[in-house]
Amino acid sequence: MSQIETGQTENSAEKKPYPLISVRNLSKHYALRSGWGFKPSVFKAVEDVSFEIMPNETLGLVGESGSGKSTIGRAVTMLNPPTSGVVAFEGTDLTQQSERQMRAMRKRMQMVFQDPYSALNPRMTVGDFVAEPLLIHDIAKTAAERKDIVAELFRKVGLEPRYMARFPHQFSGGQRQRICIARAIAVKPSFIVADEPIAALDVSIQAQVVNLLQDLQEELGLAYLFISHDLRMVRYLCHRVAVIWKGRIVEIAPSELLYGNPLHPYTRRLLSAVPVPDPAIERARTRLPQVSGLTEGPDCHALVEAEPGHYVAREALGGGA
Amino acid sequence: MTDITSRPPLLEVRDLAVEFADADSVVHAVNGVSYTLREGETLGIVGESGSGKSVHVLAMLRLIPMPPGRLAGGQVLFEGRDLLTLSDPELRKIRGGSIGFVFQDPMSSLNPSMTVGRQIMEPLMLHLGMGAEAARKRAIELMDMVRLPDAARRIDQYPHEFSGGQRQRIMIAIGLSCRPKLLIADEATTALDVTVQADVIELVKELKREIGMAVIWITHDLGVVAGIADTVQVMYAGRVMERGPVDDVFRDPRSAYTLGLLRSLPDLTAPAGQRRRLTQIDGAPPDMRFPPPGDPFAPRNRYATPRCLTERPPLEQAPGAAPGHLAAAWYDLPSVLAAEALS
Repeated sequence: MSQIETGQTENSAEKKPYPLISVRNLSKHYALRSGWGFKPSVFKAVEDVSFEIMPNETLGLVGESGSGKSTIGRAVTMLNPPTSGVVAFEGTDLTQQSERQMRAMRKRMQMVFQDPYSALNPRMTVGDFVAEPLLIHDIAKTAAERKDIVAELFRKVGLEPRYMARFPHQFSGGQRQRICIARAIAVKPSFIVADEPIAALDVSIQAQVVNLLQDLQEELGLAYLFISHDLRMVRYLCHRVAVIWKGRIVEIAPSELLYGNPLHPYTRRLLSAVPVPDPAIERARTRLPQVSGLTEGPDCHALVEAEPGHYVAREALGGGA
Repeated sequence: MTDITSRPPLLEVRDLAVEFADADSVVHAVNGVSYTLREGETLGIVGESGSGKSVHVLAMLRLIPMPPGRLAGGQVLFEGRDLLTLSDPELRKIRGGSIGFVFQDPMSSLNPSMTVGRQIMEPLMLHLGMGAEAARKRAIELMDMVRLPDAARRIDQYPHEFSGGQRQRIMIAIGLSCRPKLLIADEATTALDVTVQADVIELVKELKREIGMAVIWITHDLGVVAGIADTVQVMYAGRVMERGPVDDVFRDPRSAYTLGLLRSLPDLTAPAGQRRRLTQIDGAPPDMRFPPPGDPFAPRNRYATPRCLTERPPLEQAPGAAPGHLAAAWYDLPSVLAAEALS
């Protein structure tokens, strides 16, 4: 990981802005069955992951199911705190905060989840659902004030304020995701972790939600950690992308470098599998087989800067590197 | 590819209509769907939730619960015999035999209390009359074919001992077990990782070459359709909006709905920072308790003409398009788009 730091000290000579969130050596381990007859062992869901996100930036996390990408999202927001590592958010190490201090921090960082059906409380009007964080964080004093703020939030996410009194079942999937986004931005966060926010939506509705996320970023200066298995949408939406494989970042780069010049064999295999909505391209392309032939060694997982801003695990660079 | 239209028809769907009724309303889920699938042809069907794409194939196989479901009309001729009027024993011979199917959710499609081996062997013994020993041997071959490692040992394991991707491969092995003439796959790879999806699609293509089966591949992913289909059919509100050779439909769409779907995808050809905003289709699909009288997409279609709102357009050869490229539209999309580009 030291390579990242050296890379950035060089760059930071030119007035580099301070990162909004800086994740250092984050690991999340789970104890597997232990006890009589079993040797205690740990499952390393996430291992030694480091990255930074700048204000107003979108970092994409891609990888397959079980790669650890959702675990990273939940560890960063302390919903499921990491086993070790540092999560420095706006200058505060979140891993050292008490529950109470953390509650205050949550005003600054919010999450949006995949399933807008189960995220909503079926017995609460959607207006109350969006107003709840205002109440918890004591942002609006009176009911009238809250109502005004919620109406404004509804307009912001493209919903008519008169829907406030309705219940979740009266909304479609895309509308529900808008409601969840309205709640997330209610507390004026600077950072949102969006874990597969469009995966459960129809194609034409995905476009609505992605456009909304982009508009809100521009308007509110938000930074996003966008976790997704949709590699085409990630390329479209994210400024930088990190590829997660077996709990580690194996490659991280600005989107166009990552997609234009993938260096890790796993990234190449992943990209070769993404279906392209163009029959001629689809007929011509070849899919890459399972990853093999990685260099092993004590330092094989360390990220090396292969070109400016483009980091890849040393294992991908062959013996000579 | 070009000779598909000269092949004999395998499946003819004629004016299929399916409804779901409850105490006080009727949902018109499928409204007069007609098409022909030829031997060895791969038909990709795309559409959103509620488009009728899944319901119409379930109805075809008589797998929807009736009531509340009800066939409101139509015929489904498979090798000349109407699946909708066959006796149950005759239908069961076809279902799982010459028509194999794979649905989205492998966890609820597999029997958790039965080894995967027995579940793969069952159709072999039932439809092909194989003995237990031959069926077991064939089941191991099938597991090898869908690239389930260590088949000879794992055949005696239960579904919970396999990962999601592996379970979906087991479903595919079952769907393919009797070397069907037609494989129906409904979002069969949607829940899988892209690399596993790519493997499964390669496998289906290989088997098509090997045994010449026809495929109906239902998905919401236009990329998957581009990779697998000869013909694509776009459905909306229980109707076919457009249908034709996959290259022509993607290059020269004639239904505003198809165009909307294609434009809602990120266009990655432009350099970063200069990409156009995603085009969203505003509004929502119609309430199918009260299907609109005209073109069902008209209320969301900026190119709709007054006629679109009142009169239903037939699915016809699109003027100037490749032969067999059909669209249901009163407007002429290429000229509307050309006029728009000028203004």
